[in-house]
Amino acid sequence: MSKQNNCDVFEKAEQSLETREYSIGEVLKQRGVSRRDFLKFCTAMTAALSLPASFAPSVAQALDEVKRPTLVWMNFQDCTGDTEALLRAANPTVGEIILDILSVDYHETIMAAAGHQADEALEATITKYKGKYLCVVEGSISMKDDGVYGCTSGKTHLELARKVCGSALATIAIGTCAAYGGIAAAVPNPTGAVGVKEAVPGATVINLPGCPCNADNLTATIVHYLVFGKIPAMDSKGRPLFAYGKRIHDNCERRPHFDAGQYVEHWGDDAHRKGFCLYKMGCKGPATFHNCPTQRYNEKTSWPVASGHGCAGCSEPQFWDTMSPLYRRLPNVPGFGIEATADKIGLGLVAGVGAAFAVHGALNALRKDKEPEETKEG
Amino acid sequence: MPNQAKFKRYIWELPVRWSHWTNVLSIVILALTGFFIGNPVSFGGSASDFTMGWIRFVHFTAAYAFAVSVLSRIIWSLIGNEYAGWKAFFPFLTAGGREKMVKMLRYYMFVDKEVPETVGHNPLATTAYFALFMLYILMILTGFSLYAEHAPNGVMHKSLGFMYSLFSNQGMRLAHHVSMWMIFGFIINHIYSAWLMDIKEHGSEISSMFSGYKFTVKKEK
Repeated sequence: MSKQNNCDVFEKAEQSLETREYSIGEVLKQRGVSRRDFLKFCTAMTAALSLPASFAPSVAQALDEVKRPTLVWMNFQDCTGDTEALLRAANPTVGEIILDILSVDYHETIMAAAGHQADEALEATITKYKGKYLCVVEGSISMKDDGVYGCTSGKTHLELARKVCGSALATIAIGTCAAYGGIAAAVPNPTGAVGVKEAVPGATVINLPGCPCNADNLTATIVHYLVFGKIPAMDSKGRPLFAYGKRIHDNCERRPHFDAGQYVEHWGDDAHRKGFCLYKMGCKGPATFHNCPTQRYNEKTSWPVASGHGCAGCSEPQFWDTMSPLYRRLPNVPGFGIEATADKIGLGLVAGVGAAFAVHGALNALRKDKEPEETKEG
Repeated sequence: MPNQAKFKRYIWELPVRWSHWTNVLSIVILALTGFFIGNPVSFGGSASDFTMGWIRFVHFTAAYAFAVSVLSRIIWSLIGNEYAGWKAFFPFLTAGGREKMVKMLRYYMFVDKEVPETVGHNPLATTAYFALFMLYILMILTGFSLYAEHAPNGVMHKSLGFMYSLFSNQGMRLAHHVSMWMIFGFIINHIYSAWLMDIKEHGSEISSMFSGYKFTVKKEK
């Protein structure tokens, strides 16, 4: 790469830094978003954040005035599914535009720059905005053998994560891989994959697990930060309570069928066609905290249970190991082979105990005993 | 000495018997409703029925009764008589207890012919009860942890926080389910041993759990 090109990159970076002086409200106006659509978006975000409706004007006012923060998006061991979920929406939304504006600085999948130019853009951003930028991480981080199993531009993801997440204002771990290691961390976890918080314990991390993460929850998290100037309240697993504060089972539209005792027994049976509860088909809604039933995916079109498939529990740590088998209620018992269910083993145990005591009882009935009598040990 | 007279002795105090029978009743209810919750039958005729709802309600009510009963028994082991006391549950800690355990084991294994008489609990049984109480505590903790998930960040959910870091949600369900089968295994053993010692000792082993009185060759001190 020539020196001339280097200068061009820095010039472009400088220009993009200047445009940041516009507020989000102004930028949206430039992009042709009507005031009405903007207010609709603010109301939807207020609802997504579980705030009372009276907060909508405050959200609108804050977004009107707030300066756009810098954001970099790092792709580690991932399938880019969260980026896809964000970009493949049917219609462009205000939320997308907000994220689009936020993510110009660095996003490997969608940025125009490549190679050394991209590296320099990242370097320029994290140096100039040290401690002030937001970082979004997609994908798990390999820890085994000094992290050699995941590298970008010759640096390990571990090294990049320490550098980029370590000096960020906050890091949003988007998707289950970034939050808890996800599928890459499933047994036997050959690369030693972990989530961001485990790889960089010192970083401020907001986990937005899900496979993929719901883009609305990402937007809401960023809006929360823009409106209140701080990260949202989180649960013990580092997930924002507004999105992960309730169990899927407790907000499920099929819950009345669960309480009534109406269950799908086989795929495609009458109960399945009628939309009954998927509990017996191994739905993990009772074990999963996420706002899927209320927030839904793809412009609130649908979510797994609405489309007739049980929840896979994708927003819980180690879901690939702990939620499987996906179509059974209980996990397999370790060490008994994959076909042995807890009930089969339990029945075997009870039958074994019963048989042993039956034999013992028969032998006792046959034997002659000496009655207890007064002995010295009193 | 088949014609020997025996002494009537008050062994099981009222709280011990109450706790025992509350456990029996609640375990039967919990197991039956628990089986249904784990593998329900589609009894619901319409979406406005509440079959699973009521069965879960019964399960949770019995769970509270069971938890109170187990807790009361643990407290009683600190204030009750020597047969109810906590020391009886650790016979392997004393030389005398170990000797009795070996004697009991030799009788069970058909080595000895003489029936060893025990006034309170038999030392092998108390060892099993100690393991059983551990299972009870695991059952209560996993059960209430699963129950508390309907109200995250509530008092119960928060105070059971350590459980959610020890177990995954599904792991908790599995532990709750497998422990029930282990309690079943214990119950078979327990009923059999009670029957065996009742017919061998002639000390009213079984009726003592109703009346509190046993008949022993040893006189009350």
